[in-house]
Amino acid sequence: MANVTSLNVNGKKLRVDVDSQTPLLYVLRDQLDMTGAKYGCGEAKCGACTVLVDGQVTRSCVTPVGRVSGKQITTIEGLEKDGKLHPLQEAFLKADALQCGFCTSGMIVAAAALLNKTSKPSREEIVRHMDGNVCRCGTYLRIVNAIEIAAGTAKEVAE
Amino acid sequence: MNDDLELERYELFADPTYNFGFDRRQFLKAFSGGIALIVPASNLIARTLQQDQGESGRGFNERVPNEIGAWIQIDEKGTVSVFTGKVEIGQNIRTSLTQAVAEELHVPLTTVRLVMADTDLTPFDMGTFGSLTTPRMAPQLRKAAAAARETLIALAAEQWKVEPSSVRIVDARFVNHDASKSLTIAEVAKGQKLVKTIPADIQLTPASKWTIAGTPVPKVDGRDFVTGKHQYVSDLKREGMLYGRIVRPAALNSTLEFSDTKAAEAMPGVVVVRDGDFIGVVAPDQQTAARAEKVIAVHWKAPGQPGAEELFDYLKKNAAPSRGARPVGSIADGMAAADQKLSQTYTVAYIAHVPPEPRATVAEWSGDKLTVWAGTQRPFGVRSELAEAFHIPEEKIRVIVPDTGSGYGGKHTGECAIEAARLARASGKPVKLVWTRAEEFQWAYFRPAGVIDVSTGVKNDGTVTAWEFHNYNSGGSGIQVKYDFQNQDIQFHNSKSPLRQGSYRGLAATANHFAREVHMDELAQLVRMDRLAFRLKNIKDPRLKAVLEAAANAFGWGRKKSGGRGHGIACGFEKGSYVATAAEVSVDAKTGAVKIERVVESFECGAIVNRLHLNNQVEGAVVQAIGGALFEKIEFKDGQILNGRLAKYRVPRFSDVPAIEIVLLDRKDLPSAGAGETPIVGLAPAVGNAIFDATGKRLRALPLAPDALSA
Repeated sequence: MANVTSLNVNGKKLRVDVDSQTPLLYVLRDQLDMTGAKYGCGEAKCGACTVLVDGQVTRSCVTPVGRVSGKQITTIEGLEKDGKLHPLQEAFLKADALQCGFCTSGMIVAAAALLNKTSKPSREEIVRHMDGNVCRCGTYLRIVNAIEIAAGTAKEVAE
Repeated sequence: MNDDLELERYELFADPTYNFGFDRRQFLKAFSGGIALIVPASNLIARTLQQDQGESGRGFNERVPNEIGAWIQIDEKGTVSVFTGKVEIGQNIRTSLTQAVAEELHVPLTTVRLVMADTDLTPFDMGTFGSLTTPRMAPQLRKAAAAARETLIALAAEQWKVEPSSVRIVDARFVNHDASKSLTIAEVAKGQKLVKTIPADIQLTPASKWTIAGTPVPKVDGRDFVTGKHQYVSDLKREGMLYGRIVRPAALNSTLEFSDTKAAEAMPGVVVVRDGDFIGVVAPDQQTAARAEKVIAVHWKAPGQPGAEELFDYLKKNAAPSRGARPVGSIADGMAAADQKLSQTYTVAYIAHVPPEPRATVAEWSGDKLTVWAGTQRPFGVRSELAEAFHIPEEKIRVIVPDTGSGYGGKHTGECAIEAARLARASGKPVKLVWTRAEEFQWAYFRPAGVIDVSTGVKNDGTVTAWEFHNYNSGGSGIQVKYDFQNQDIQFHNSKSPLRQGSYRGLAATANHFAREVHMDELAQLVRMDRLAFRLKNIKDPRLKAVLEAAANAFGWGRKKSGGRGHGIACGFEKGSYVATAAEVSVDAKTGAVKIERVVESFECGAIVNRLHLNNQVEGAVVQAIGGALFEKIEFKDGQILNGRLAKYRVPRFSDVPAIEIVLLDRKDLPSAGAGETPIVGLAPAVGNAIFDATGKRLRALPLAPDALSA
């Protein structure tokens, strides 16, 4: 099978040379040194590896890289612009929406897709959209709070 | 130091996973050369001692250094480096310990940098477990910081030729009596090492006067996490690094009968490493390593082993006589005085930690010196394991733990580090080994399963007159009662575990609280008392009473509920802190599905160090507890884990989370206890009791409703 030789990641065209069956996650992490997306389960059940492909939530651990060549890939590394954090990144800090932080990249990227689509999601919409992302430390309520802060719908900030 | 804190630890005790052959020659050579490598031998002795005691760490404590410079160093720029062997795994101790030092040193948080969990740089530490960082490490660092402050004040006084008592610290600057002169911390310390010892009587700032500690400062390095920049072990890359993979049998306790590695060896860039029952591969990339692992033909032989369906009989049948039982009063007298008696059995399943980051190691040899970056809660313990596995002295090994993708008690052991180091040794290159999720389920260890028998007597006025409690296998943590029972016989019995088992957040305190608090509910029902009133009748301890009443008040105990809903409450004590949990559940009349709708948890751990992160810890513990309470359970047979994947093993998700209200009681007059564990113990019994309230079904097994309640 043909190798994939370039990928569009965070608005940049990057050279790679990998078998098209290689999971996107490995390419990002091992070849492009973008380690924000994490390996958590390898079967799209935890969301730690979440990236956006043409704006859609994508579990990169089960996505062959051949399927995303030519498409726009967004990772956690692409959310910060010119040293300024994305509103969701700010909100996660404000809401203390992390403990060990291993799920955080995937959470923020997944939430970004939601806010791109629905600028003021209801609580139910947030829960439904985020249900594929696992936070084993149990910061779910804070993550919901952070997304509401970023969306400007938060009634209060967790303490 | 309270040794009771350590009494109830439950560590994985297993023979070393691997018995490597190649190093033995070197080992013998070292002996014949007259260099006795006592490290492995002493470890074996320590291990045996621990096994005898059924615990780890006690009597295995290296000397705690008493020199300021071992803990705190100040460079020419005035940056304060603090050295601790503790590990950051999401409990936010990097922040809370920074607060403790900044408080005593009177410097801003931003000038303090914590160096954590590096066996070459930090003082020996037993490990990050048992909620001990706050009660033990924080005071140690506070003392070092206070001693550093006094030393610096003396140095400033010397520069000015004045009395130290006339020097003060104002806004992080040393100033003289009329503030006409001032010096920065860098100008005073001048990069010198603080070799003074920490005076035993050094005065610490009382909690009532804290200005930095006790405040809700955000996670000190939070930005690195929300940007994805933080480098966990699994993110590290070294020059020339290869990727490893281990060939595993399907079942525990297997022995290798046959292997054919030719096909893998023929793959470009692949090296196969075979040593006894160990077979691993390394390759330039993960895909190739995974393919190489797959093409190795192996045949393993595994013995028949007990399965989940016979587990509880097996645990009781193989139980050892209890140790260290301390009966209070007389059960016979208590039973004679009782109006009613009750005997019930409760069980808990094995559950998995499922740490977000699976075990990961990068191992690198340089000559006979080994450096490993490993995600572990016990860097010094892993160093010992490596020394034993490779027959080299601990001084040749450096273990570094970057802030890790959590552990919950599940990362005490060094299997992954040993495997990675073995692969690196053979390939002559740095090797990264990250366990797959399936490996993490099958080859790590579990929270112990257990059976608990409770026999009690109670008077019709609600006084519990006899309390006999036997825990088989799950552990002794949290087994003692804080209720005012006059006659008690409480025993923990070790047993043979079919699966690898070890530490877990809260250890057996969840199991023991589940049995105790469900049983208390059953006794209340027996004597027809309100469940809260019944508990209060048996409580004298004012701190337990305070958390129970705080939870009940905030919950609105006794208020009306709609159909299909039930309320439950539970309280307890463990590791120096008190907890009470009230829960409301709904049970779907048609499907039997149980949903936890609302939880109020009150928690008291002495003086609060950081309310923000304490709230987060308590809330997180409640959420994690949902899994063990309702649906988490390891299915197994013949040494095989049958549901060892996230697709088959359900963990709590967004949609499982109820409304949670945390009530923190701040006792500035009491020393701060740890808070990582105890908040997890109250949920399961509160939910079990709420399900009974809703349905009249008394559930005595965790998980309570793995699928749904049967009709």
